[in-house]
Amino acid sequence: MTTDLILMIVMMFAAMWTVMCRSLLKATIGLAVTSAVLSIIIFRMNAPITAVFELSVCSGLITAVFVITISLTKPLTNKEIIELSKDRIKRFIYLPLVILLLGGAFYALYRMNVNNIIYISKIEQVVTDVKTVLWDSRQLDLFGQIIILIAGAIGVVTLFEEKEKDEW
Amino acid sequence: MSGEPVLTFYIFAFFIAAILACGSYCILVTRNMIRAIIGLELLIKAVTFLLIYAGYITGQMALAQSFVITMIVIEVVVVAIAGGVSLRVFRHNNDLDVRKLKKLRG
Repeated sequence: MTTDLILMIVMMFAAMWTVMCRSLLKATIGLAVTSAVLSIIIFRMNAPITAVFELSVCSGLITAVFVITISLTKPLTNKEIIELSKDRIKRFIYLPLVILLLGGAFYALYRMNVNNIIYISKIEQVVTDVKTVLWDSRQLDLFGQIIILIAGAIGVVTLFEEKEKDEW
Repeated sequence: MSGEPVLTFYIFAFFIAAILACGSYCILVTRNMIRAIIGLELLIKAVTFLLIYAGYITGQMALAQSFVITMIVIEVVVVAIAGGVSLRVFRHNNDLDVRKLKKLRG
């Protein structure tokens, strides 16, 4: 539990750094760190296949996509960054609202009977093998994944291509 | 209520909620499209963590893992498409500020 706690604290700080830092590239690195720490937590919860997916896809591929997108767009000048940060301070007015919502959600959770959630595992046939669930019980999910991957590939090819003369 | 599992549940719930708050705050505050996608990513991370933890405490890890694998695939496609859209917006407006997307007005 102590290791999990340390990992979750690291993940929370990485997430906060992602939100707070000015540079988009640093924010992307913060997101990758969040994802990597999450994959360690997932691995420790006896879900190795998902942990590998999370590490390779979310921490690797998505970071690469973000870096490519950022490198293809123009970085802000120092003057613009200072102006934006001044504007940003005004927008901290939303922070109490987020904290209030978080507190409300946590209070609702506290009022709930948590034992019902934790000890719900009295369902009789629990399949423990992820391959059985993925390939036998939930085959339709795989069809959905294939369709969405094809749609994504077509979208990427269409959106990342070079701009033609009379476009837009 | 028994002691330790409930306490562990609250600790995990707190960290999941904190990451959810980070993501929603990022989307709420930012005007930059790429940063909004990063906020969305943080929200997805929190939901991934929640699903895995739900599977862990209910003893149904296989089902939770299959859900999360599906979610990761969808997440990648969403990020790739959103990145492409923001790139197109940048080429069109020379800016990623969402306030400048006035041509989408009906």
